[in-house]
Amino acid sequence: MKMKYDTVIGLEIHLELQTHSKLFCGCSTTFGQEPNINCCPICLGLPGSLPVFNRRAIELAVSVALALNSAVQQKSRFDRKNYFYPDLPKGYQISQYDQPLARGGYLEIEFDEESRRINLERVHLEEEAGKLMHAGDSIFDSSYSLVDYNRAGIALLEIVTKPDIHSGREARLFLEDLRTLLLYTGASDCKMEEGSLRCDANISLRPVGSTALGTRVEVKNMNSFRAVEMALNYEVKRQEEILSADGHIIQETCHWDEEKKETIPLRGKEGSSDYRYFPEPDLLPLTLEASFIEKQSALLPELPRQRRVRFKEHYGLNGKEATLLTENRTLGDFFEAAANDYSDYRNLVKWIQGDLLYQLRESGKSVEQIEPGLLVELITLLNNGNITRPVAKELLAEMVLSGKSPHKLVQEKGLGRISGQEKLLPLVDRVIAENPEAVENYRRGKEKASAFLVGRVMALSGGRADPEELSKLIKGKIS
Amino acid sequence: MKLYEKTAADLGRLFQKKEVSAVEVVRSFLDRIEKVEPYLKAFITHTPAMALETANEIDNRRMSGEELHPLAGVPIAIKDNMCTEGLRTTCASRILENFIPPYDAAVVGALKRVGMPLLGKTNMDEFAMGSSTENSAFFTTRNPWDRERVPGGSSGGSAVVVSAGMAPLALGSDTGGSIRQPASFCGLIGLRPTYGRVSRYGLIAFASSLDQIGPFSLTALDGALLMNIIAGYDPLDSTSLPESVPDYPLGLEEDVKKLRIGIIRQNVSKDFDPEVTAAVMKLVSILEENGAEIDEVSLPLTDYGLGAYYLIAPAEASSNLGRYDGVRYGHNAGGDDIESMFSRTRGEGFGPEVKRRIMIGTYALSAGYFDAFYLQAMKVRTLIRRDYAIAFNRFDLLVGATTPTPAFKIGEKTDDPLQMYLSDICNITDALAGLPSLSVPSGLHSNGLPMGTQLTAPAFQEGLLFKVANFLEQKRDPLPRWPRVELPEGGLQ
Repeated sequence: MKMKYDTVIGLEIHLELQTHSKLFCGCSTTFGQEPNINCCPICLGLPGSLPVFNRRAIELAVSVALALNSAVQQKSRFDRKNYFYPDLPKGYQISQYDQPLARGGYLEIEFDEESRRINLERVHLEEEAGKLMHAGDSIFDSSYSLVDYNRAGIALLEIVTKPDIHSGREARLFLEDLRTLLLYTGASDCKMEEGSLRCDANISLRPVGSTALGTRVEVKNMNSFRAVEMALNYEVKRQEEILSADGHIIQETCHWDEEKKETIPLRGKEGSSDYRYFPEPDLLPLTLEASFIEKQSALLPELPRQRRVRFKEHYGLNGKEATLLTENRTLGDFFEAAANDYSDYRNLVKWIQGDLLYQLRESGKSVEQIEPGLLVELITLLNNGNITRPVAKELLAEMVLSGKSPHKLVQEKGLGRISGQEKLLPLVDRVIAENPEAVENYRRGKEKASAFLVGRVMALSGGRADPEELSKLIKGKIS
Repeated sequence: MKLYEKTAADLGRLFQKKEVSAVEVVRSFLDRIEKVEPYLKAFITHTPAMALETANEIDNRRMSGEELHPLAGVPIAIKDNMCTEGLRTTCASRILENFIPPYDAAVVGALKRVGMPLLGKTNMDEFAMGSSTENSAFFTTRNPWDRERVPGGSSGGSAVVVSAGMAPLALGSDTGGSIRQPASFCGLIGLRPTYGRVSRYGLIAFASSLDQIGPFSLTALDGALLMNIIAGYDPLDSTSLPESVPDYPLGLEEDVKKLRIGIIRQNVSKDFDPEVTAAVMKLVSILEENGAEIDEVSLPLTDYGLGAYYLIAPAEASSNLGRYDGVRYGHNAGGDDIESMFSRTRGEGFGPEVKRRIMIGTYALSAGYFDAFYLQAMKVRTLIRRDYAIAFNRFDLLVGATTPTPAFKIGEKTDDPLQMYLSDICNITDALAGLPSLSVPSGLHSNGLPMGTQLTAPAFQEGLLFKVANFLEQKRDPLPRWPRVELPEGGLQ
């Protein structure tokens, strides 16, 4: 009989905090600049230089910890993690070891319509390393490598989960919800492609019912949430096959190969290092006043889950709608601003999730660029019968592109609704005369034929006629 | 009296009375350097042009009637582990032999703002690891009192520069005695300030939790004047302390009558040279005659101090020196791959004592040994602090010998690291406790060498140390100002 296994996953997330300057010096954190421009004696680790805390980084780190329900420690400490690597200017990374900034915490995620709590081990601050560019594939087989220290010293927040995750999909959902939360706090831009959010995973399998943890494998180099899911699914299969064949898992560090879609064990000495942690003597222990922590807590914005509940209760939205509007903080802000002036909330959501999001995608614009009042104006024009639905859709596209008011666009382009027999009958007569076959079909009982005739007239009116009114008129004529 | 024989305070007075120009003073010291430096080898880098340029600028400003600092125009030399913008800073190591910092250490900036001409960068033990300057990668500095002997270390070059009249003042750094021990061997005032009193920004780190910059001077007044310039809070050094800085020279003449003085039993040990101990007791008796209360005090943790120090300092050093990998600056020996580049660069770049300490420190921090070594040493350090706290409940000042013997011979201890380490035995525990400590000359040994007495005070009491040193300078038997080494034609032999 084939043995069944449970999957046990823990994640380590590294997050670049959105501070203007680096964690221990005044250098800029701007991404994508000429190499080795944003550097000074401190972040280059020149002899004699010393680190000084960036207060903003501590504020952001504390707010993330609080948003994750993690217990912020009034006393924490920085330690040196010693190892040799060319991207590490001082031969050690200033990090936190046994006295992290915050302990514990959790994030609730929705998994298969159920709420799951993923518990956290810790949240701590550390400094970013530089970036290597190899002439070959890796530092071990390149004739030379170049180092860019622009990134060195940027404030990095490490979030470590407990081994509470049980599948690749769950890991992905956790990361998506975590990103939403982090974007709400404004602590990071969470761009995996720019490396401002990175994720490593530890994964092991154990027989169903067993409580002992199996041998774990660390997976690195996953550059998207999709890659995390795929890499972990791959590892589950790989480990399952080994275990089912009575084999042993080797504790090692693997790279996810995005092209081959497989995990590949790392060469070199990584993973077996002794980092010789000891307290950083150049910094005093970090002491946070209770009042400072309270202040950061008070400054926290409403978080996605709270907002989701409020949207359901206050606006009467269903779960799907509330999720859509809270996944993205700015979309929710847009909705709320529009809902101030328009009380059919469900209808508002329909416009947002349908046409508005479609037009935003088409035009490449972001929701922050759209004035919420304009959408309300558009819906009101339609509701009042000033324009037809097809015209409304066309106007929305125009409005998103140009930012012009729908009212003005109607006037400029003469898109107001055409109504009244005196304007519509000539068009109806013309269509009836040109389509005798359709008229005949309708008379034989083919209801659909009238829709065809309505469509023809609509086309002639440039979409400005009201289809319902037309339908009545046409039926009256040919019945 | 030649200009180079004068104290910094005297030179300052001459400047203020416009009796002499800074350029004349600098020239006098440059002449002196030319004469004696070939025989003493105290400098790694000479900066005569820079010194003259600063002196000239100061003279112009003074002529134009500008109000200047009393030490403006007074030349100085600094230990070669303090970064100087655009000027080679080597730490007496091959690995930094051609390193030119792009920035000034905080203290260097302070000296420049005052307008003190820099005469050069002084020799030292490589990365400040040593007690004799014999660990310099370049050459050994000689003691002007007896050129067969060491000047002490690691700030040996700075001590020699002042004691041989090559500069009236110098800066050194003290991690576990590296100012006080050479001050004692060369007959000078040398102060290790309270940890955090002087910014470490730009001081190339040996052991970060212990390193402190301090002055070498001929008199307490000169030391106090220099401390006024370098002491104070620096936002760039997170371990620097915000307490306000008193006017050190102003307090010098205050009364020292009712001091409660504790003689540290371990620092007047019967194992020490009896003349050294006798000299300490002589100074103590001067204070007693003046109304001080004298008693003996034991600091029982002293026995463990040396062991704790030689774990903590190398542990920090092993990490601090990790950055010398040849990637960004300094010596690069090349190699077939990154691993061999690292090991070849460091293998060639560091001397044997530095390697020894890196290995000791790496070992002490390693998984499985951390608790037994580093952590245990940190516990001892906490207890040592408590020892001092208890002692300072009873005493205002603790005294003892600065060193167990006067200067030893060159080569005498190079084969026995432990014997070398023991020459700092009196300077370790107060450094571990972060306390201010000063060596004051207490007389000449029958062999003609200077001896020192060490005064240790509670944190931030540098003023008290200067005051007592100043009092002793006036009351003790006069000491010869200069080493009585005959100058042959053209300089020392």
